[in-house]
Amino acid sequence: MDLIRVKNVEKKYKNGVTAIYDLNLAIEKGSFVFVIGGSGSGKSTFIKLLYREEKPTKGQVIVGGLDVAKLKNKKVYKLRRKLGIVFQDYRLLPKLTVYENVAFALECIGEKKDVIRIKVLKALEDVGLKNKVHEYPDNLSGGEQQRVAIARAIVNDPKLLLCDEPTGNLDPEKSLEIMKVLESINKSRGTTIIMATHDKEIVNKMKKQVITLKDGHLVKFKQKGTYAE
Amino acid sequence: MKPLRMLGRSVRDAIKSVIRNFSLSLASISCITITLIIVAVAIIASFNVQNFTQEIEKDMTIVVFVDNDAKEEDVEVIEEEIKAIKNVDKYTYQTKQEVKAKMQEESEVFKTVLDTWEDDESPLKDTFQVKVKNVEKIRKTAEKIENIDKVSTVRYGEGMVDKMVSAFSSVEKVTYGIVIALVIVTVFLIINTIKLTISARRREIGIMRLVGASNITIKLPFIIEGMILGLFGSIIPVLITTYGYLAFYKHFDGYLYSRLIQLILPEPFIYQTSLIVIGIGILVGMIGSASAVRRYLKI
Ligand SMILES: Nc1ncnc2c1ncn2[C@@H]1O[C@H](COP(=O)(O)OP(=O)(O)O)[C@@H](O)[C@H]1O
Ligand SMILES: [Mg+2]
Repeated sequence: MDLIRVKNVEKKYKNGVTAIYDLNLAIEKGSFVFVIGGSGSGKSTFIKLLYREEKPTKGQVIVGGLDVAKLKNKKVYKLRRKLGIVFQDYRLLPKLTVYENVAFALECIGEKKDVIRIKVLKALEDVGLKNKVHEYPDNLSGGEQQRVAIARAIVNDPKLLLCDEPTGNLDPEKSLEIMKVLESINKSRGTTIIMATHDKEIVNKMKKQVITLKDGHLVKFKQKGTYAE
Repeated sequence: MKPLRMLGRSVRDAIKSVIRNFSLSLASISCITITLIIVAVAIIASFNVQNFTQEIEKDMTIVVFVDNDAKEEDVEVIEEEIKAIKNVDKYTYQTKQEVKAKMQEESEVFKTVLDTWEDDESPLKDTFQVKVKNVEKIRKTAEKIENIDKVSTVRYGEGMVDKMVSAFSSVEKVTYGIVIALVIVTVFLIINTIKLTISARRREIGIMRLVGASNITIKLPFIIEGMILGLFGSIIPVLITTYGYLAFYKHFDGYLYSRLIQLILPEPFIYQTSLIVIGIGILVGMIGSASAVRRYLKI
């Protein structure tokens, strides 16, 4: 079963730049997919189309049976509740503890306190941060902060986890830690993961599916791909 | 239970935010306070003016005396002409016999005095009693009636009253103007306060949108914040209204200008006024924050 289907998608920004040209692809449920390509190749735009931060100028983006391109602004929140998103810059709230940062995602959608407690602790356990529950983000390393962000993204048990350069600010060792966390989430929770990156080492090591973009065009979609030119 | 939980969260966030942006919040609250004090005074004054003009209007009657030599046809013509005047609301006609009977009914002294007169030597006349729609124009209406043929004299209430009523009504109009201007200034101040809150919480709002908070969840804290500013701003005006009017009423013993103007009883008037003041405060706060949310939240 395909979780994502992209049909004839073009994205042209208002300034006239076309970031994606006639993109067609499908991503299966439960898969782990890298999106690679040089800077400006359209990786972030592709991710943004999936969580409806941007609308395609042409074509269909179907996520979990829902045509995201047609979604009204007011209804975008329904899509967002079904997916988790992680960025290079973590996007944590500095005044909240680790626990509160993760709980925030559930409070925003009106979840009950006792349910929040169970889910948050489970998510923090999954990313290996159960011992840092009461720390503030500023007292954590970059890798730990990113793991908090991942916990927040998966706390509502989404079907899809989108990551835009999650290891971009981390050294190779910490990057690998993050990759282990993502892989275990993919395995244990069955979450479909799409990760944009330009880190060759990671891609080559993980042996996952690889979508290669170049100047907005799909170059390759390989099952067990590596970062090749 | 879910909406209630969200509401609780929003109120908590709103109060936190009022405290965090204390100086700007205080500026908004002060502006609302000043506006509402003037609004409250305007409400009290205008309700009182309305109250006593209504009282006066009830009493204000143009009495039209028909000449003694007027025949029945003449009276009919007079009636038609009175009816044709725009400001005339209602009128009644009484023959001199009816006037006599009525006066005799009212007083023993009149009864005996009037009984000594025969109909043809009676000083009483056939009269029209005319009520007008707009008391401010009663003088003009009286003049028009006076110009009708076979009408001898026209009299109405006290000469001062219509002038006073029209003076009050122009004061009322000026007050409305001031109130509207103040409300606009207040709304802009609230918009700015909420704008600051929104920009201070950009990051949080961005995350809320990422994790799937609905638009109403994102907007509600800001709207409630505006309402809280309005509520806080109405505290002092309500106190001033309540205790101020009570003291005022007591000091003048319920009347102004030697019993001409009767003041409205403080209870339940002060409670109604307080409610209106609080309502306006909250509404102004809500309008300000709602338009800030629409302008700066872009969702
Ligand atoms: N919001 C935007 N407005 C205009 N152009 C944009 C915007 N975002 C990205 N672009 C352009 O689209 C192209 C692809 O950008 P992006 O998707 O960010 O690539 P990548 O993430 O692979 O570096 C680039 O040429 C970039 O300048
Ligand atoms: Mg990018």
